[in-house]
Amino acid sequence: MLVNEFAPSAKELRAAYCEALIDAARKNDKIVAVDADVQYSMGTKPFYDVFPHRGINCGIMEAHAVGLCAGMSATGLVPFFHAFGCFLTRRAFDQIFLSCAYQDLNVKLIGGDSGVCAAVNGGTHMPFEDVGLMRTIPNVTIIEPADTSILPTAVKTMADNHGVYFMRSCRRNVMQIYRDDAKFTIGKANVLRDGSDAVIIACGIMVYEALMASMALQEQGISAAVIDMHTIKPLDGETVVKYAAKCGAVVTAENHNVVGGLGSAVTELLAESYPVPVERVGIVESFGEVGTQEFLQQRFGLTARNIVEKVKKVLGRE
Amino acid sequence: MNPQETKKAAAQIRKLAIRAMAAAGYGHVGGSMSLCDMLAVLYTDILNIDPKHSKKTDRDWLVLSKGHCGPALYGTLAYKGYFPVEELDTLNQGGTSLPSHCDRLKTNGVDISTGSLGQGLSLACGVAMGNKLQDIDSTVYAILGDGELQEGQNWEAIQFIAHQELANVVIIVDNNKRQLDGYTQDVCRQFSLRDKFTAFGLNTLEGDGHKVEEIYELLTLAKKSGKPSAVILNTEKGRGCNFSEIPDFNHYMVITPDMAKSAYDEIDRRLEAGLC
Repeated sequence: MLVNEFAPSAKELRAAYCEALIDAARKNDKIVAVDADVQYSMGTKPFYDVFPHRGINCGIMEAHAVGLCAGMSATGLVPFFHAFGCFLTRRAFDQIFLSCAYQDLNVKLIGGDSGVCAAVNGGTHMPFEDVGLMRTIPNVTIIEPADTSILPTAVKTMADNHGVYFMRSCRRNVMQIYRDDAKFTIGKANVLRDGSDAVIIACGIMVYEALMASMALQEQGISAAVIDMHTIKPLDGETVVKYAAKCGAVVTAENHNVVGGLGSAVTELLAESYPVPVERVGIVESFGEVGTQEFLQQRFGLTARNIVEKVKKVLGRE
Repeated sequence: MNPQETKKAAAQIRKLAIRAMAAAGYGHVGGSMSLCDMLAVLYTDILNIDPKHSKKTDRDWLVLSKGHCGPALYGTLAYKGYFPVEELDTLNQGGTSLPSHCDRLKTNGVDISTGSLGQGLSLACGVAMGNKLQDIDSTVYAILGDGELQEGQNWEAIQFIAHQELANVVIIVDNNKRQLDGYTQDVCRQFSLRDKFTAFGLNTLEGDGHKVEEIYELLTLAKKSGKPSAVILNTEKGRGCNFSEIPDFNHYMVITPDMAKSAYDEIDRRLEAGLC
């Protein structure tokens, strides 16, 4: 499932996404793209070149664009709306809630520049809360890719299944960890490394960091499993509980506030069904800041080193 | 159109809306009453609909963006046979198919759920754009409250309609000049709605929202223009229901059985006298 040597992806995440969307749209003529003046940032311009009559750039009006998508879906179309994650989920929350989910419409939401991936756009553009917001809306599926390999499956799943989906995205290259032939099922976690002392449950860019942490821990005689929880909602509770039972200690890792996101989802599940010590790696009570992604990962502790420390800490609590 | 028949429909719709709210004991009387004449014209003379096939693909759609006035729409739908009139007596009861605010998943004939003011026009745009992209011959009518136009999302949608030259959506403003907390003029002035719509590039028409012939003419003109259009219908909040016409606060009222009976009698009397 994994590549032999980790390296930056051959394509930017946004380019791979747009290719997957174009491919899906060739097979499903109901798919339309909707943008809010960030076509270039989100990488969707090629869709408009291939399907000039199936793309709508609304201009800078996220709230309207979400409502527009909801209305289009009521006529049978399958709209994919692209915007920066912060303005999509924060500004248009009520529209996502009432215009889309509340009336069981069929809208796919792609939130770009997730967490520290917003980098030099800084705190105003850096969503650490988008997953938390979306998790509170009934029946919304939430996906966060670790690299480009899941995108064809994610887009196809969104296109083929009714309902509101929210996918977190980043625009630039990411570390490619999966082989091209890796298989994904939305809603089913991928166990990337087995282990017996602790399990690291990660999503998005933190999956690579989790793998690095697991390897470092192995050298120190600690066996840490790594799970890619690419679907944050619905959470693959069966896999979480299985590894909580097997390892007895859990660390979550996410490019998001520890409140509301993957860490919350895992701890809520375990508190109710299989209580074990949990430590969470993520943003703690902070707004975003400006800087390179590398700087920001260090600044907020979104690193393999911090995961290693949290694993040691959680093992000490057993 | 047959104006007398449409006036009769409006009278029936008023009575059925009052019946629903009276059964609950309360309701959004003022904003429901100001809507009744335009709903009568739409459902009697304008919309391409079939109550027996309420989801037919090429139907015209109605989005009641001021979703709190659901009782007026429910009265209309019951009058048209979308569901038995007896269902009106379940308004707002637990498990009802008629919640206070319009819900497309619960009520046969409701095209779009509404309730959070300011969202309906974007939804209407989406339906219109979806139909346009799929070459479906259909018009979407979106009824907005004048107070609701304080919400900024409307003006995003209006800019979008003008830019996209979306002529298969018609904006109707129920310009009753009042909102929950009082007169719109006092809460947050609208200035000239007509000038604002025109400035945004819409074909803007205006007339009396309680004269069925005039409503019909304006809506027909809007459709025939082939241009993105807004029809401002000047109305009176509470109009046509004797107990809601007088008080300053008629947004939400308690209704006793005696009040309802008195309103039915007055509606019948005015219909006979050719008044509204």
